[in-house]
Amino acid sequence: MPIETPPPLEPLIFELSVAGRRGLPWPKPDIAEAENESPLPAALRRRTPPEWPEVAEPQVVRHFTRLSQLNFSVDTHFYPLGSCTMKHNPKAADRVVLLPDFIGLHPLRPHTLSQGILEILHDTERWLCAICGMDAFTLQPSAGAQGELTGVLIARTYHESRGQNRPVVLIPDSAHGTNPASVAVAGLTAVTIASTPDGHVDVDVLKSKLGPDVALVMLTIPNTLGLFEPRLREIAKMVHDAGALLYMDGANLNALVGLLRPGDLGVDLLHINLHKTFSTPHGGGGPGAGPVGVKAFLSEFLPTPRVVKEDGVYRRRMDFPKSIGKIHGFMGNVGIVLRAYCYLRLLGEEGIRHVSENAILAANYLRVKLAPLFPKMPKKPCMHEVVVSGEGAFGPGVHTLDVAKRLLDEGFHAPTIYFPLIVPEALMIEPTETETKETLDLFCKTLESIVEESRTSPEKVTSAPHRTPIRRVDEVKAAREPDLRFKRIP
Amino acid sequence: MFVPHTEEQKKQMLDQIGVRRFDDLLADLPSDIRRPPLNLPPSLSEMEMVRHMESLAAKDHLALSFLGAGAYEHFIPSAVWSLALRGEFATAYTPYQAEASQGTLQSLYEFQSLICELFGMDVANASLYDGASAAAEACLLALRHTGKRRIVIPETVHPHTRQVIQTYLAHSPADIVTVPRREGTTDLGRLQAALGQETAAVLFQTPNFFGCLEESHEIARLAHAAGALLIASSYPTALGLISPPGEYGADIAVAEGQPLGLPLGYGGPYLGLFACKTELMRKMPGRVVGRSVDRDGRRAFVLTLQAREQHIRREKATSNICSNQSLCALAAAIYMSLVGKSGLKELALLNLQKARYASKRLAEKGFPTAFPQPFFNEFAVKCPKPPELIAERLAKDKVLAGLALGRYFPELKDHLLVCVTEIKTRQDIDCFADLLERACR
Repeated sequence: MPIETPPPLEPLIFELSVAGRRGLPWPKPDIAEAENESPLPAALRRRTPPEWPEVAEPQVVRHFTRLSQLNFSVDTHFYPLGSCTMKHNPKAADRVVLLPDFIGLHPLRPHTLSQGILEILHDTERWLCAICGMDAFTLQPSAGAQGELTGVLIARTYHESRGQNRPVVLIPDSAHGTNPASVAVAGLTAVTIASTPDGHVDVDVLKSKLGPDVALVMLTIPNTLGLFEPRLREIAKMVHDAGALLYMDGANLNALVGLLRPGDLGVDLLHINLHKTFSTPHGGGGPGAGPVGVKAFLSEFLPTPRVVKEDGVYRRRMDFPKSIGKIHGFMGNVGIVLRAYCYLRLLGEEGIRHVSENAILAANYLRVKLAPLFPKMPKKPCMHEVVVSGEGAFGPGVHTLDVAKRLLDEGFHAPTIYFPLIVPEALMIEPTETETKETLDLFCKTLESIVEESRTSPEKVTSAPHRTPIRRVDEVKAAREPDLRFKRIP
Repeated sequence: MFVPHTEEQKKQMLDQIGVRRFDDLLADLPSDIRRPPLNLPPSLSEMEMVRHMESLAAKDHLALSFLGAGAYEHFIPSAVWSLALRGEFATAYTPYQAEASQGTLQSLYEFQSLICELFGMDVANASLYDGASAAAEACLLALRHTGKRRIVIPETVHPHTRQVIQTYLAHSPADIVTVPRREGTTDLGRLQAALGQETAAVLFQTPNFFGCLEESHEIARLAHAAGALLIASSYPTALGLISPPGEYGADIAVAEGQPLGLPLGYGGPYLGLFACKTELMRKMPGRVVGRSVDRDGRRAFVLTLQAREQHIRREKATSNICSNQSLCALAAAIYMSLVGKSGLKELALLNLQKARYASKRLAEKGFPTAFPQPFFNEFAVKCPKPPELIAERLAKDKVLAGLALGRYFPELKDHLLVCVTEIKTRQDIDCFADLLERACR
């Protein structure tokens, strides 16, 4: 008997198309044809229309609603994805960004007609300075990686302005892949420094690599193992003594808000992620925002335009001759900044102090509660996330990936896995401050039963997931025979 | 405020951890600089916050705008954001776990397909940050692919796009050659003269910064004759009428995708569109979704070609980008589905007709169209008085007159760039013409 191919979960929008069907009618032209002068020259005209689907609004609405239901999300599931800070995204921000006067703001408006939005941008910069212990911020970078690129360009331009050629950037082996990639785009050379066995910066190795060729040391603080470098101030001094700058990858700022200001630790510049620490939604992979903060001596290198307040009036200023230039077509992902502003206003001075404390509390709670399951569980307190190796924890032939997939069956999004690269079979668990204790308890119980199952019926785990809309995907086929678009077969 | 724990629960958690006080967990943090005062404003209730935001928004209230210049006010169907802001889409992460992310993945695959159709190109990625960074990434790809060191860009490309390319390429060995314009479009003779063996790519824009339509086929011929790649930047709405990059053989097509259902929103989040020929596929920057099957043989979508990306290749990646503008791409996919195959042409025609009507009305009032070349929905006019002064007078009535071009092109200090999209009625345009006339009295 031939094996039947199961039907797709949801047709492609193109497969719903019927010739002649319309979605959105446009108003009838109010300019008569006679008033319409000569048509476009034939050479410039499109020959064939795009093969967009012909569908009506009810189909479009049902199609995308059904697609949405195939997703896990923070609104529907616990999402303990390490390094991603999947916290609750306040709904009030959705309402604010849709206010018609915000939606209609053209980015090139004269400053006289944008005092409201400029005040928001200016205040957000000020408050981020206060939280991070920095002197100036740019909100232009669209994401963490673009923030990194901006930061590296600032460092490079700073050194060059002092007549120094420093081509090297030192990065620990536990860093996010974007760090070395951003360094490469900025035309510098990334040099990896090995971590100590317990995951900290190897200070001796760092010292041996520091020299007149080093522009920057990029550290994730706390690091990607969720640990705070106890010798950070000493490291900062070493870096500065060598004439280099200390950059902080602020992906993990959710551990420090209200507790410690990076600027007080000796950090010269940093990027942060509004979509992590400041609760803007991740959007299925963007848009986010990666503002960059700097100490005063670096502020003249920030991208333009910059928002300034002069005599009670907010302006966009371009006249910073030492600036690295423009990094975004306009002013960055302002809609995301607007959401972060709402979050800061809701939290205020009191609320902001509860963010990191409760994130750290939840992570340590999981660390201790899950310790019986993992022989390699760190004994030392962690910050906002806990990283544990799956080695020795699961039944024969069962890997971290399998356990992650089995969690999906139980309605939990998987933690980050196999990162940082220096921890074998890593699970990186970040619960955030917005999950209830009941959810954390259920997560622990579920993980316990999966670990148990990995010993009693390992095949059940290695073949997981079973209950998700689809099962494991053939990724090799996807990469070897790339099918990146729908094409109608004539 | 969003922390759900009771004091009792916090105590239970500390007990379980085995510490007496929370600060026992912070042993590695220097104690002398902990918990500094931040001087943030006090916490607001949601009601107070929303009221505060409404009052800030009201400060920027506007009646009518004829400003374009890279960001365009188009009608957004209600279904677009009512669907895109569903929590299942908006609060999901990057779809690394395909089994839990088919909604995001399939809609991005549909987005890529729709963009390929729009541009007439072979493949598209799942989006980049904005049009300007997409253009910069296209230049980096061209340099990498050809091994050459020069990018040629007409000055009719949006100045901001050129500035962002400058920032991205500032420390690469590549140089950028700018080609002057003749009236409102690229000077083709000067373009040809600027091309040589060392040219990696020509990047041009049509409709260009002045709203004029470039001679795309001729630019393509010149670029390819010199052995350079052609990077075409376009305006999605215009492609309902004008020839798309695929029809004149562009190697890479980029655009600002904001007109596809994204609000002006003071400049972002927008949407970087990026498509190319099949032979460049494995060198593309950014995320890509591919179609495959799951272990039961069911159709499934997954992030693919990841060997290009930074989390695998680190410093050898094709770009440092790690995200995309996923939710904006979703909104654009919904928008394109609703507009449909025949709707785009009708929309483009509305824009063209209204802009032409406006140019005629403005000319009658003493604001002649500056350039002889055909335009789409935007055009420069020569003003009888300084455009800054005229704009200032109209601003008093909460009307945006357009962009004074002198800021970017000093020789055009008497010129105003005016944009008219489908949302302007004949009455709006007549009113605008009258206001301009009055402002010059």
